[in-house]
Amino acid sequence: MIELQKVNKSFGEKQVLFDVDAVFHKGKTNLVIGASGGGKSVMLKCMVGLVTPESGKILYDNRDFLQLDYQDVRAIRREIGMLFQGTALFDSLNVEDNVGFPLRMFSPMSEEERRERVNFCLKRVNLENSNNKYPSELSGGMKKRVGIARAIALDIKYLFCDEPNSGLDPITSRVIDDLLHDITHEFNITTIINSHDMKTVYDIGENIIFMHQGRAFWEGSKEEIAVARKELPELDHFIHASFIE
Amino acid sequence: MRIVYDLGKYMLFMRNMFSKPERFSVYVRRTLDEMTSIGVGSLPIVAIISFFVGAVTTVQTAYQLVSSLIAPSVIGTVVSDSTFLELAPTITCLVLAGKVGSHIASEIGTMKVSEQVDALEVMGINSIGYLALPKIIAGLIMIPVLIIMANFLSISGGIIAGKYSGILTPTEFIIGARDTFKAYTVFISMTKAVTFAFLITSISSFEGYYTSGGALEVGESSTRAVVRSCVAILVFDFLIAKVLL
Repeated sequence: MIELQKVNKSFGEKQVLFDVDAVFHKGKTNLVIGASGGGKSVMLKCMVGLVTPESGKILYDNRDFLQLDYQDVRAIRREIGMLFQGTALFDSLNVEDNVGFPLRMFSPMSEEERRERVNFCLKRVNLENSNNKYPSELSGGMKKRVGIARAIALDIKYLFCDEPNSGLDPITSRVIDDLLHDITHEFNITTIINSHDMKTVYDIGENIIFMHQGRAFWEGSKEEIAVARKELPELDHFIHASFIE
Repeated sequence: MRIVYDLGKYMLFMRNMFSKPERFSVYVRRTLDEMTSIGVGSLPIVAIISFFVGAVTTVQTAYQLVSSLIAPSVIGTVVSDSTFLELAPTITCLVLAGKVGSHIASEIGTMKVSEQVDALEVMGINSIGYLALPKIIAGLIMIPVLIIMANFLSISGGIIAGKYSGILTPTEFIIGARDTFKAYTVFISMTKAVTFAFLITSISSFEGYYTSGGALEVGESSTRAVVRSCVAILVFDFLIAKVLL
């Protein structure tokens, strides 16, 4: 479980997160939704340590990420997998080396064990027989799947996904959504997905946090959205603008 | 003030680079790859430039020393001393600042803007150490080797140009070069090579690492890396000459 308590972040004069409180549950797909500029990505970057908030707490199973020393932060980071919006695959490495990269850096596995684990991860994302391809030879959906395979290569506890459907067609988007949902339950991990795709919310959202103007505006399940949008015009406007009814 | 700020940032960058490597064998492999890229990749351009610099220096020195009182072998003395002290290390490194420096800055800069550096950080890898350290070590090994080769080819160019343009015979050239040869000039040549290698690789890595934005900014970082490396080379060229001669 990951918990945010009173997290604040500014860039110069502009404050982008205001006392954000949120809980991300283990074994669930936690979706962070909201319009662009609402603070979703900054919150995600704060959680993985790419951006340091001015105040507040980020608790990884009660370990305060912001108070830990450098080595302990690195230890937590090895429990984190992340799927970036642009996939962030290493251009100079082929698929096998990209997926095996965290294993090469951190696990004591032999070459043979590493290859087995890579093949397992690639099979899990339905991407067998692509080991020798380079990122430039892959489609957008394949890149996302390689990104997911790399994220789960180590035995992670937390999976972060920043706009996993961006740039994908609707069919491939559903494939990626289902994959993220299945992996979350199969490995019992805490998955946090940044998205503005309401289809994703209705398909795989189990715990939803609506970010609006830097605040965690609403939190609940997808079943509760219908009621909540009647009371919160901001949420209603966002859903309406998504053209999904 | 800007230069003081950048200098401080550069110092912090260098300090962060030397934290404990995650997996030593990975760094060795990366260093060997970089040695191939920097050393073997630069071989043709260094060979061509140093050969012609030696040839041109011979012809121009002969043009200036038009007196029957001066023995032709003096041309060999002037060309060999100029090669060791200035032409081979400085001219070669100015060229390498363009070739190697821009390559390093654009490679790291592209990784930065495409979130690949963030991916390394999220995995718990010291991205500065992982990206910059192998390049700097490879540069410190391979650039002096290239300078040794440049010294040899420049003098060879001088001998061949002298012979085929009828200025002096190879024997006269070698007698002139030997007459005043001091091993100390080779020491200065190597001191410059090591210093310039460090400046090129570290400044270019620094510029690449702090790229933000997109393709345009990668180009700007690359240009800035070359310009700053060249200026640093010229400043340290003067300082080394002043201190060691």
